[in-house]
Amino acid sequence: MTKGMVIIGAGECGGRAALALRELGYDGPVTLVGDEPHLPYERPPLSKDAMVADAPLLKAIASEAVLAERSIRHIHSLQAVAIDRAAHVVRLSDGSVPTYDKLLLATGSVPRKLPMPGLDGRCVYLRTFNDALAIRAHLSAGNRIAIIGGGFIGLELAAAARRLGAAVTVIEAQPRILMRGVPAEIAEIIHQAHEAEGVKILCGEGIAAIADNGAEVRIALAGGHDIVADLAVIGIGAIPVTGLAAEAGLIIDNGIAVDAELRTSDPDIFAAGDCCSFPLAIYGGRRVRLEAWRNAQEQGALAARNMLGAGEAHAAVPWFWSDQYGLTLQIAGLSDEGRSIVRRELGDGAFILFHLAEDGRLVAASGIGPGNAVARDVRLAEMLIAKQAKPAPEALGSQTVKLKSLLAA
Amino acid sequence: MSNWVEACDAGDIDEEDVMRFDHGGRTFAVYRSPDDEYFATDGLCTHEKVHLADGLVMDDIIECPKHNGRFNYKTGAARGAPVCVDLRTYPVKVDAGKVLVRIGW
Ligand SMILES: Cc1cc2nc3c(=O)[nH]c(=O)nc-3n(C[C@H](O)[C@H](O)[C@H](O)COP(=O)(O)OP(=O)(O)OC[C@H]3O[C@@H](n4cnc5c(N)ncnc54)[C@H](O)[C@@H]3O)c2cc1C
Ligand code: FES
Repeated sequence: MTKGMVIIGAGECGGRAALALRELGYDGPVTLVGDEPHLPYERPPLSKDAMVADAPLLKAIASEAVLAERSIRHIHSLQAVAIDRAAHVVRLSDGSVPTYDKLLLATGSVPRKLPMPGLDGRCVYLRTFNDALAIRAHLSAGNRIAIIGGGFIGLELAAAARRLGAAVTVIEAQPRILMRGVPAEIAEIIHQAHEAEGVKILCGEGIAAIADNGAEVRIALAGGHDIVADLAVIGIGAIPVTGLAAEAGLIIDNGIAVDAELRTSDPDIFAAGDCCSFPLAIYGGRRVRLEAWRNAQEQGALAARNMLGAGEAHAAVPWFWSDQYGLTLQIAGLSDEGRSIVRRELGDGAFILFHLAEDGRLVAASGIGPGNAVARDVRLAEMLIAKQAKPAPEALGSQTVKLKSLLAA
Repeated sequence: MSNWVEACDAGDIDEEDVMRFDHGGRTFAVYRSPDDEYFATDGLCTHEKVHLADGLVMDDIIECPKHNGRFNYKTGAARGAPVCVDLRTYPVKVDAGKVLVRIGW
């Protein structure tokens, strides 16, 4: 008898996987378990448009009607607490025990906690819709917002807070913002955009102590002076949610370790999205873990195919975007694989940096510009990266050579 | 009454490419396919109202520049996450070197 498919984690990845199972024609039971009280929803707007809106709206991946129509059983507000691999059973926090033929772990990631005493209700993190609602209530003209960590979420939130008239200070321990994965040239453009909008950015600043008295937060910088804020938002990275998998004895390696087909060390259990680490063939099988929306989507769909026996390897090129003020950044590939950089101007201040490996292979492209100025060329670069192409640096750098023509070559 | 509006010259759009066309307070996307036919759809993505004309055309697909949602521009059909709502399409004809779009009746 078919037990069906169970998906743990009703986020981007889990939600997409459930929909994909039905699109692929699977007609057994599909159960999607999530511990949040909401429909599966998109997180990226939480630090962008949704934050600037008067009342943040939840952008659902599928409505209740769509889930019902596709016979996807969405169990919300409950946590999966244990997996009995031998019996193919998951235990949920209310004691119920759905059974599975194949199980997908799409448990995502959670904000890395700042390991310091003194934090209280005015020191918050941004991951969920409920987090966003709580933060939104503090973003008003004249309010002081401190952002700890100059990563994407913090910087996007800084931009949203400025739009709403709050006074914003960003505190970054590294010598510059966006140290991880973003070339210095591009980080500098973003830094300047924030300063032009009135954000105060402090780089290379450690934090000595934090005192949160429930009404305001006092952040004592290692360099001497204090930053006082009505709210401190901490954005210092994310860690994969692996507890359930680890307790079930699955192999963990910077995330739930899966093979190219997204299968864990148990052949009936898959993992996908932010929670897993996987080998990327285009970089010689290098094991990576991504915290990126499109990856969650693609891996959700791929996991669904492979749960149904497709046996397909993940081959997508990592891709990420961020919006701040009128600027959009897009990065395809892993720029740290590159040894040299070629710059291509796209007009209006937009440009793309192509990252080339020692042997001339294009391994990444990082673009920034107003609106969607870089989108098309980053997309074409992504296709070149997927082909492991070795385009001539002169061609990449020349505005008169169309990237599409390099693809055909 | 049919209402054909001139969008551009036939040569303004490369093969397998797209151009934005605004008319009467609305925005459209006009496409030239690899086999040299012309098509038109609403100009904004159904996911987050982004101009599709900044996107990439591949065969009969337009890919949104923002999050890579895909549509078949010949039929308007949404062809992959995150887009799930189809695009509206409009009849197009080429007359005396001009691309005409029928955007009203
Ligand atoms: C504010 C913000 C902005 C972002 N902006 C961008 C962006 O601009 N571009 C980009 O590429 N990416 C962005 N991201 C990242 C992107 O949203 C994530 O990569 C994506 O959400 C990952 O999807 P996922 O399904 O793997 O994990 P998640 O979306 O985290 O979903 C996992 C779900 O599983 C639940 N869960 C975990 N354990 C259990 C359990 N035991 N039982 C039941 N439920 C469980 C969690 O509560 C959560 O709801 C952003 C993220 C945030 C937070
Ligand atoms: S705006 Fe087009 S896919 Fe999101």
